[in-house]
Amino acid sequence: MTWGVRGLMVRFGEHLALAGVSLDAPAGRVTGVVGGDGAGKTTLLRCLVGAVAPGWGEVRRPESRRIGYLSSTSGTYPDLSVEENLAFAATAYGVPPVEARARAAEYLERTGLASARDRLTGHLSGGMRQKLGVIRAMVHRPELLVLDEPTTGIDPVSRADLWWLIARAAAEGAAVVLATAYLDEAERASWLLALDEGHALAEGTPDEIAAAVPGTIRTSTERPSGDASRRSWRRGARWRTWTPGAAGSVAPQADVVRPDLHDAVTVAALARELAVTAAGGGAA
Amino acid sequence: MTALAETVGVLRRFGPLVAVDDVHLRVDGGEVVGLLGANGAGKTTLIRILLGLLPPTDGLVRLFGLEPSRETRRRIGYVPQGLGLYDDLTPDENLAFAHAVFGGERGTLPQAIRPLAGVLVGRLSLGVQRRVAFAQALAHRPELLVLDEPTSGVDPLARARLWETIRETADDGAGVLVTTHHMDEAEECDRLVVMADGRVVADGTVAEIVGDTRVAVVRTDEWERAFAALETAGMSAALVGRTLRVPRVAPAAVEGALGDVPARVDEAAATLEERFLELTLSGGRGGAAA
Repeated sequence: MTWGVRGLMVRFGEHLALAGVSLDAPAGRVTGVVGGDGAGKTTLLRCLVGAVAPGWGEVRRPESRRIGYLSSTSGTYPDLSVEENLAFAATAYGVPPVEARARAAEYLERTGLASARDRLTGHLSGGMRQKLGVIRAMVHRPELLVLDEPTTGIDPVSRADLWWLIARAAAEGAAVVLATAYLDEAERASWLLALDEGHALAEGTPDEIAAAVPGTIRTSTERPSGDASRRSWRRGARWRTWTPGAAGSVAPQADVVRPDLHDAVTVAALARELAVTAAGGGAA
Repeated sequence: MTALAETVGVLRRFGPLVAVDDVHLRVDGGEVVGLLGANGAGKTTLIRILLGLLPPTDGLVRLFGLEPSRETRRRIGYVPQGLGLYDDLTPDENLAFAHAVFGGERGTLPQAIRPLAGVLVGRLSLGVQRRVAFAQALAHRPELLVLDEPTSGVDPLARARLWETIRETADDGAGVLVTTHHMDEAEECDRLVVMADGRVVADGTVAEIVGDTRVAVVRTDEWERAFAALETAGMSAALVGRTLRVPRVAPAAVEGALGDVPARVDEAAATLEERFLELTLSGGRGGAAA
């Protein structure tokens, strides 16, 4: 089964939060939505789970009891213990208690939370609370699991545990949709949608997105001068400069780099920024 | 050359807990050093010792060749993760306020965000807010800049712009110490220091730290079955796209664990994150993988 959205348009007052965005979320796949603050990731996810009604567009989702959702503000009760939080979610979703307990025990054990099962959730570290939030969202084996920036602010060890849970949910057949601000993390999704100010910047597998960069990217030790400086950015100790044009139109040269996902998303954002500036829109 | 910041055999106890244990760290002018570690690894304690906010139980701390003091703190710029800006003031007003309180030179905004100088900070995107916080921290021309997850939450282009500022600061001779949980940021640094359980467990460039660490890579049309088979065998597989990456296990052993699941198993160089987890988890819980 493929869930998802098509041609989604959402307006909050004067602000256009999503401008015709589409996304497929097939069963068993981890689908990533990547973008910075204000890109529209949360609005897209909230439309997908039915928490926001789009002004225009189509949403395909399972019935609400077959959805698992972790909002960016964490969906756990601080004054319940870890175990009570999971028991409450299991009851609310109608999971038989024996089954719920067995599944919860396995997930808690595997993610290093077993020794914290009696602790109040409000007393957990951010990483532990976030892991619990994901477990709570998947304890009823949802068909669609939607996670809004589950790893933001989390250290790499907890992040590894979270990714184990995500893989586990997908392996069990859930369609997983995950928002992140980080490209190194987005690279782990099977399929990716990059958003910028409510617009789709790029979509496809991370490799497809990287291969589809138009024009050429060159690397240099100094920032280029003149017009090219507006198309350049810093990557490590060196500069990269993008020249628009057809992909692969230049013969291989030492200073031409093969773009990765970082380059691709940066170029897409640059192209949009330059187009907006050329059209007389606001900068920055 | 005198190091801008240096710790020699620094140790810090909190009761029975050793938070920082025999740490040698050095930041020179012109370099960007990344400090990596899981929660509880001792990063925050070390930074507080370096800033002179916390005395070490043992060992030597030097800032600009001197003992940490109010005087040395004046020569440091610090941007916390929470940025320390007033949401209900504009960037201009924030800079004016900081100038009035701390003295020194008044901060200036980068050209690209000057049109936004009169907009309330709370209404600006996070990327622009971070650039304002940088401008504020750089106003007194610090010789050492300490940044906590400096580009968290911003898009790649905004991140590149922030790194331009960080790099310019280092190119002008300042030393920069960046703490981060994200490999995107870590890979921008000249050199990394990895901490685990209060100790420095690795120090060097990304290439030096990753070294020749390898992982087994499983390519299969049935990753779900492969994932389950590896779990049963007690191997932690990390899902990346539709491939599985298994650290610390030889490909032959992975093939054995896969049984009748049709798959191709190769070896590949580990990523920084995989190497980081190996360094952090060795001797620890060992349950998690990348």
